[in-house]
Amino acid sequence: MLDLGCGDGELLQFLIREKKVRAQGIELQEQAILRCVAEGLSVFQQDIDTGLSEYIDNSFDCVILNQTLQQVRKPDFALHEALRVGKKTIVGIPNFAHYKARARIFFKGRVPITPSLPFQWYDTPNLHFLSLNDFMDYCKNKSIQVERSFFKSDNKQVKFLPNLFGEYGFFLLTKNRP
Amino acid sequence: MEAEQLITTKILEKSQPQCTYTFGFPPDELTLESGETFGPLTLAYQTYGELNTEKSNAILVLHALSGDANVAGQDGWWSNLIGQGKGIDTDKYFVICSNIFGGCRGSTGPSSINPKTGKPYGIDFPLITIGDMVNAQRHLIDHLGIQKLLAVIGGSMGGMQVLQWLVSYPQRIRAAIPIATTMKHTPQQIAFNEVGRQAVMADPNWRNGNYYGHSIPARGLAIARMIGHITYMSDASMTEKFGRKFKSEKAPFKFGADFEVEGYLRNRGDNFVKRFDPNSYLYITKAIDYFNILNGHSLGDIFRGLQAKVLVLAFKSDWLYPAYQSQEIVKACKLAGVDASYCELNSNYGHDAFLLEIEQEAHLVGNFLKSVINNRKEESNDYSSS
Repeated sequence: MLDLGCGDGELLQFLIREKKVRAQGIELQEQAILRCVAEGLSVFQQDIDTGLSEYIDNSFDCVILNQTLQQVRKPDFALHEALRVGKKTIVGIPNFAHYKARARIFFKGRVPITPSLPFQWYDTPNLHFLSLNDFMDYCKNKSIQVERSFFKSDNKQVKFLPNLFGEYGFFLLTKNRP
Repeated sequence: MEAEQLITTKILEKSQPQCTYTFGFPPDELTLESGETFGPLTLAYQTYGELNTEKSNAILVLHALSGDANVAGQDGWWSNLIGQGKGIDTDKYFVICSNIFGGCRGSTGPSSINPKTGKPYGIDFPLITIGDMVNAQRHLIDHLGIQKLLAVIGGSMGGMQVLQWLVSYPQRIRAAIPIATTMKHTPQQIAFNEVGRQAVMADPNWRNGNYYGHSIPARGLAIARMIGHITYMSDASMTEKFGRKFKSEKAPFKFGADFEVEGYLRNRGDNFVKRFDPNSYLYITKAIDYFNILNGHSLGDIFRGLQAKVLVLAFKSDWLYPAYQSQEIVKACKLAGVDASYCELNSNYGHDAFLLEIEQEAHLVGNFLKSVINNRKEESNDYSSS
């Protein structure tokens, strides 16, 4: 597996320990790389925005983009690359249309600061603001197959009106077959 | 009890005195990459720490252009990284460092006596390659009775030797740490070396390499070293270190070393001459220039099947061996599915950073070595349980 934007490598460690997978990560921040190496993980300091040209198509069983996609400059390109090098891709995104975020905009006239979006406008790593429905529309337009999706809030699964009540969405994607 | 412990620690802290190993006596001379045979040859080496009973804790350190076997302890060139309780902890690891074949710090090189003539080789010394240096080190490792090294580590030309080990003897190493290096020398890198060589050879004292017993081409070698030092620093590190400061308040003499940076370079050049053989400089820089680990192989094939774990390090301000060259190594690892990691450290020091940016480097190297050992334990556990 390949974790794009693996941060401190928490997810990688979990997957290696619990699921016994072979996994590696890509991360841009030097300090995060130091912590990954300290945990014995295989990580590469690299900017996803420059692409994954060193990997041939379908190099990985699964590519993960967890809380990464909204932070890269070219999410379109990053997802395209992920789908290319992975047989499957898992995307996890925060929902900017969660009701708490909507409420803050609607009642206070302020940009959302919620548990899943805990940043001030001036120091947020998030460059793109999308809702769960935005992402599903995108997949539909690009003919990306959403095999499974899962929504959660407060560590509980959300089934009812996910675009309103889900803080996070997770999608298992496969590329479109021509 | 405490005193006893203290004494033991003191003894451990001390490195073994420099040793030598001579091999390749006729008819078992070394066959060089050029096809020539050469022997006998001596390697000067130093060891630190103790080899464990399984002989599984040995780390070979590979030095850069002007280095020697004295890597740790007092005046060791990497003593901030290697020693008791340091990034490469000599309480845990058995560290070996040898002066390269072709060098002038105890190992056989152009300034050594040719047994056939009773005189120094001079430019009768054969052209050697990074591959020849590594082949000679492999003889030393055999001699020390070590089947598999825990790791090979080195920066700059030392990093080239690390890559050469990966390709020449992949079965003999568990892990490799190439730092601030390249898979092949580029025209810019060759160009700087060529200017250095021309400075040596343009010195009338060079006498076609037959200066032994006469004055050495000191000016030429000093100029070569000055050029080298410029390439080892960065614009930012030079500004920080020297600024435009003058050496003294006195009215400057026309072409004296007025600026601090001039004084520094002259000083480095003059000191280098005292400890380095000009012919060795020519031979080693040529070996570096010829270095091309790919040698006709594709990037994807060069590390194919490699079992060793690799940690590649580069420094952002290094313009002599820029990070993109380390990224090529990383790319080759990825294409071959090698278990690798890559970190590009922030530093202002330029190429010198691999000797100076120690805190981060020690953290990465120390933890990486631990993970190599843990991996090995897990593997042997898997083996015993299956």
